[in-house]
Amino acid sequence: MKVEELVEGLLSGNRRALARAITYVENEYPESKEIMKRIFTNTGKAHIVGLTGFPGVGKSTLVSKLTEEFRKRGKKVGIIAIDPGSPFTGGALLGDRLRLDGMDSRKPLWTDPGVFFRSMSSRGRAGGLAAKTGDVVRLLDAFGFDIILVETVGAGQSEVDIIEVADTSVVVMMPETGDEIQVNKAGILEIGDIYVVNKADLGGAEKVERWLRYMLSLDEESVQMLSQMTHADEARVASGEFFERRKGWCPPVIKTVADKGEGIAELADAIERHFKYMEETGLIEKRRKERVKRELFEIVMNDVIKLVKEKTNYRDVIAKLARNEIDPYTAADMIVEEVLKNAKER
Amino acid sequence: MTRIDEKRREWEEKCLKPWLQKAGQREERFETLSGVEVKTVYDPLDIEHLDFVKDIGYPGEYPFTRGVYPNMYRGRLWTMRQFSGFGTAEDTNRRWKMLLEEGETGLSTAFDFPTLMGVDSDDPLADGEVGKVGVAIDTLKDFEILFDGIPLDQVSTSFTINPPAGIILAMYVAIAEKQRVPKEKIRGTIQNDMLKEFHAQNTLVLPPEPSLKIIVDIFEWGVENVPKFNLISISGYHIREAGSTAVQELAFTIADGMAYVEAAIERGIDIDRLAPQLSFFFNSHNDFFEEIAKFRAARRMWAKIMRDEYGAKDPRSWWLKFHTQTAGCSLTAQQPLNNVVRTTIQAMAAVLGGTQSLHTNSFDEAWALPSEEAVRVALRTQQIIAYESGIPNVVDPLAGSYYVEWLTDKMEKLAWKYIEDIRKMGDGSMLRGVLRGIENGFFVREISDAAARYQREIEEGKRIVVGVNKFTIEEELRIPILKVDPEVQRRQIERLKKVKAERDNEAVREALEWLRSAAENDENVMPPIMEAVRSYATIGEIMGVLKEVYGTYKKPIII
Amino acid sequence: MEKKIRVLVAKVGLDGHDRGAKVLARFLRDSGFEVIYTGLHRTPQEVAMAAVDEDVDVVGISLHSGAHLALVPKVINYIREYGGNPDEMLILVGGVIPTDDIVELKKMGVDEVFIPGTPISEIVEFIKTKLPEKRKKNES
Repeated sequence: MKVEELVEGLLSGNRRALARAITYVENEYPESKEIMKRIFTNTGKAHIVGLTGFPGVGKSTLVSKLTEEFRKRGKKVGIIAIDPGSPFTGGALLGDRLRLDGMDSRKPLWTDPGVFFRSMSSRGRAGGLAAKTGDVVRLLDAFGFDIILVETVGAGQSEVDIIEVADTSVVVMMPETGDEIQVNKAGILEIGDIYVVNKADLGGAEKVERWLRYMLSLDEESVQMLSQMTHADEARVASGEFFERRKGWCPPVIKTVADKGEGIAELADAIERHFKYMEETGLIEKRRKERVKRELFEIVMNDVIKLVKEKTNYRDVIAKLARNEIDPYTAADMIVEEVLKNAKER
Repeated sequence: MTRIDEKRREWEEKCLKPWLQKAGQREERFETLSGVEVKTVYDPLDIEHLDFVKDIGYPGEYPFTRGVYPNMYRGRLWTMRQFSGFGTAEDTNRRWKMLLEEGETGLSTAFDFPTLMGVDSDDPLADGEVGKVGVAIDTLKDFEILFDGIPLDQVSTSFTINPPAGIILAMYVAIAEKQRVPKEKIRGTIQNDMLKEFHAQNTLVLPPEPSLKIIVDIFEWGVENVPKFNLISISGYHIREAGSTAVQELAFTIADGMAYVEAAIERGIDIDRLAPQLSFFFNSHNDFFEEIAKFRAARRMWAKIMRDEYGAKDPRSWWLKFHTQTAGCSLTAQQPLNNVVRTTIQAMAAVLGGTQSLHTNSFDEAWALPSEEAVRVALRTQQIIAYESGIPNVVDPLAGSYYVEWLTDKMEKLAWKYIEDIRKMGDGSMLRGVLRGIENGFFVREISDAAARYQREIEEGKRIVVGVNKFTIEEELRIPILKVDPEVQRRQIERLKKVKAERDNEAVREALEWLRSAAENDENVMPPIMEAVRSYATIGEIMGVLKEVYGTYKKPIII
Repeated sequence: MEKKIRVLVAKVGLDGHDRGAKVLARFLRDSGFEVIYTGLHRTPQEVAMAAVDEDVDVVGISLHSGAHLALVPKVINYIREYGGNPDEMLILVGGVIPTDDIVELKKMGVDEVFIPGTPISEIVEFIKTKLPEKRKKNES
């Protein structure tokens, strides 16, 4: 398909065009830049919700139940599920989990035109997301989904990248011994806007809940403690630099039994409440600014590197560097100068 | 023993070693199909730790390693029971009558997928599947046709049915009523084993716990009403077909059996009343000695479990009686006649392992449902073993073989290890352990890994499958294939419509309401199911009520 | 970046035999494909929509229920209905399929039928050679 056709199709609600556009973007086809350029002004409307958590906590079931719930509320839902892909073979098993519902509770989420499900491989990338997750989210956004659910790999490593993509980050846990240590290690307490204790019908849910609330409130206390210190600290705290997510928004802890649909409505409420809170406090704009800044710098960085590769004799410089004939700082200066000189010829 | 030990060392040093240096051998390491390493040769030292009286003994006595009956096939041969069914009830009734004429001694029913899953033939989900892999059953009407001219006091009938097992049992009882055969006299088996469905076979409708509750309802009702009927066939067959090893098949089946017994005891059912109505179902695969060892180990384990763990008092309660089917997954589409040979070896293992009944696969089953000719050859295979080979004339003739006794013991030990792991998962309870293993994917993962390992060995040429990855030929395949009349679906739906129009719909409604209230109030569901069946309620309607009360199950995908 | 081949491995209909599908999914992954497995008991519509949304290159349908002649053409038709193009995908079927039906399925647009016992390396090879061929043919 041509770019024209794809963009037009995508913006007018053609699933096939959306699906193909994602393929282009995910695989970094030359056309992808053009596609992103053309759809960008149509983005910024969706509420992007990330779900992260350790393997086996039931993220996928939650995603499917949340989808049902948001559909009931009249929202269109796009879903991106990321699975680990091998950096060696490049192979991956994707979406091998939820795919919504058993055969008789056949609410047809699979064939519901208001639901779009796409799996992506992390292709060996760390951090819980696929490289092009951000752009794929934008495609879904431009297509017109109200809610976009992004489910991270969930391989147990720290998957904090989700906050770079999501407006609302949901951290999913379950009552199981050892969680506390795991969570501390993964730094997951820093990233959640909402915490879910799934499989709450297993014993020990209250314990995890209490512990979470304690850990989360402890942060509130330390905010207060800090604010009572020097002026400089107060200013920094007020700027949100440290505790942006805690200030004013104390992450709720919600117990769910996703299999049975328990707690799902409460979770959907919390997600909506968080979005409203962000809109009212201007936090959403702040977060999105952060995001586009990062993306912009990344694009610029890539362009600059491309320029370096195209417009300079960087190979010579590297060779000299390797022979210890010059130092890296001088080398960098040389290259920047050369780029600046030659770039205009572009 | 020291003499033997010395001799063994001497032989290894002076005889084997130089030979190996000169001639070498085909493989560095030899393994059973399950990956158990086997030595060049076995001797008395390998079974030194076994006690003949305690561990092997005599047939008909604890621990029944050698068979449940004292004289085994010298008394009665095993039941030759060929699994069959296709199309409508009329088609299957005809095939059954042919099999009975050919000398088959028990019936075994294959249902189509809609029936197995508890949906009616007119359900959109049934489209294209009605009567395809078995007979289509919607109401008692179909059963009346299916058993037309087959007196229930003279045959025993086995039903491979799981989520709707109670409904099918009720239908069989209703036919007995119509034929004026007392229900206390009817004989047969319902598979009714949901645990292995969660592990392997995937005929899944209700979640694990209500599935188990209904099974225990059937136990409770069955010991009172149909005392000669096997209320469950605890099945390793499907676990094996899904790719498990023989050890896993043995371990998971015994574990499931323990879970059922514990669930029945929790309900307050007298174990000595229930035990004679439990039966087992195993696979017989290619590794001849390993299969024989598996069957012997299973019997010994179950005897110990029933007597020592659950305190059953009647020696009959310690019996593990089992049906065997040769391994469907071992059949190849290539050079299909080779399957006759595979099936023969597998059938011999089953007989040498002391099976109570046997199904031999037909050679064309990797292509389609078996044709009449292929079914006949399969049955003849059993008859040749029974009447020509001399095998059934001596009980457990392989006992005392150093290798077979060692391997029997090995299988048992490996299986116990699995069972202890499962028990640990359930904090000491096998019932909880098995449910936990279903929930956390333990069983599925174990089986999938074994299946992948097996396939990898074939792909890499480490495992030879004759006609598939070695000794292949270019062949034009022309085997007569049984085709199911495409009109079956239409005819079946028409009959269903007619039944629905003619039955007393008020009676159906009342029976279903009774069922709903029984399910909601945690009462036994069998009496209302019996009533619903008699009023010609459909399987889909009855299952529908249970689904509404208990919810449905979605299996987590574990690859 | 070279595009990864995406394969949908689908179980359609009521049969629960998933050994073949799962083993295939694993081996395709290990051969460098991105594999999406549908799980059990899917309807033709569900399989078709997954094929379109996931923009897969190959649809592999596994069934052992004898319902292939009824269900496979439905999958193909629904792919078309949802805007997908079966002519640029490979449509593969695996399972217990009689020879006559294989001919029939191929007429319906199935590219190849794999019977029990087919080495998976053969399936991998088939995808790698036939996918570009079919694409090229479709473009011209």
